[in-house]
Amino acid sequence: MRHLYAVLLGALFGGILVKAEVLSWFRIQEMFWFQSFHMYGIIGSAIVVGAISLQIIKRLEAKSISGDLINPADKKFNKKGNLIGGIIFGCGWALTGACPGPLYALVGSGYGIILVSIFSAMLGVVAYGILKDKLPH
Amino acid sequence: MIEFISKPWPWYVAGPAIGLMVPLLLIVLNKSFGVSSSLKHLCAMCSISKANYFKYNWKKESWNLLFVFGIFLGALFVAEYIPTNELVGISDATVTKLSSLGISDFTGLMPSQIFGFDHISNTATLISVVLGGFLVGFGTRYAGGCTSGHAIMGLSMLNLGSLVAVVGFFIGGLAVSWFILPLILSSL
Repeated sequence: MRHLYAVLLGALFGGILVKAEVLSWFRIQEMFWFQSFHMYGIIGSAIVVGAISLQIIKRLEAKSISGDLINPADKKFNKKGNLIGGIIFGCGWALTGACPGPLYALVGSGYGIILVSIFSAMLGVVAYGILKDKLPH
Repeated sequence: MIEFISKPWPWYVAGPAIGLMVPLLLIVLNKSFGVSSSLKHLCAMCSISKANYFKYNWKKESWNLLFVFGIFLGALFVAEYIPTNELVGISDATVTKLSSLGISDFTGLMPSQIFGFDHISNTATLISVVLGGFLVGFGTRYAGGCTSGHAIMGLSMLNLGSLVAVVGFFIGGLAVSWFILPLILSSL
């Protein structure tokens, strides 16, 4: 069942990405040129809803449907890695006009050429995997 | 209702809907919202590298691969059954600026002048599709997350590291959109 739920939740997210137009290259350039509130409104309100939800989950000591306490781990903070990696990803985001979620949604939307981007992204991950210990983190 | 679903959603509907992915994933799967680690799992699954970074049991993270497969299916479903036949609703200022940079086709989600197999050997396409993808993969793993894992999940958790990463996203994105993109488009 968990497998099916994972696919269904992904499908929900994919559908939202399309209806929100956030997978559009045009929307990404518009965002970086500060020419519309659309993307900022989406990211900002998503964070607000996410943060409130997390507070409620915490206060209620809510459990997942499998009965385990929900207690998401904090991400590891690598000062240099987060900043340098972030800048590199930002460059890629503006070039392809898509972050990882939208890459998959674009393929679903009929943009087969984005499979090339996903394969390239995998090569980028391989390059990182090989260089990891030599990079500042 | 159908009318509403079939139109592009305004930010105040789309944003909270995306934000709800955070509690939904926690309650249903007890997993933190994030997409970019799927790229690492894909590499591990296909064993395309022998680096230590990929020596782990990716099957334990299969929920994430199923989640991104779902993203693909969800988009496919929308494209098939509730498509939007309108142009992406970008501002007039953006249309004007892109037109002045050489973009003439505003149909679809991405400019056909760049994102098409017909143009795969063009400089603009190679940089946008191939180099852009590479940087997305490299950067998200280096930073430990993308827009979903850092900007939405991380900032929702008030995680300082995620704030640093998001500042990075914008430094990189602004630099490319303002200074590099015009050069790339001049090759069209």
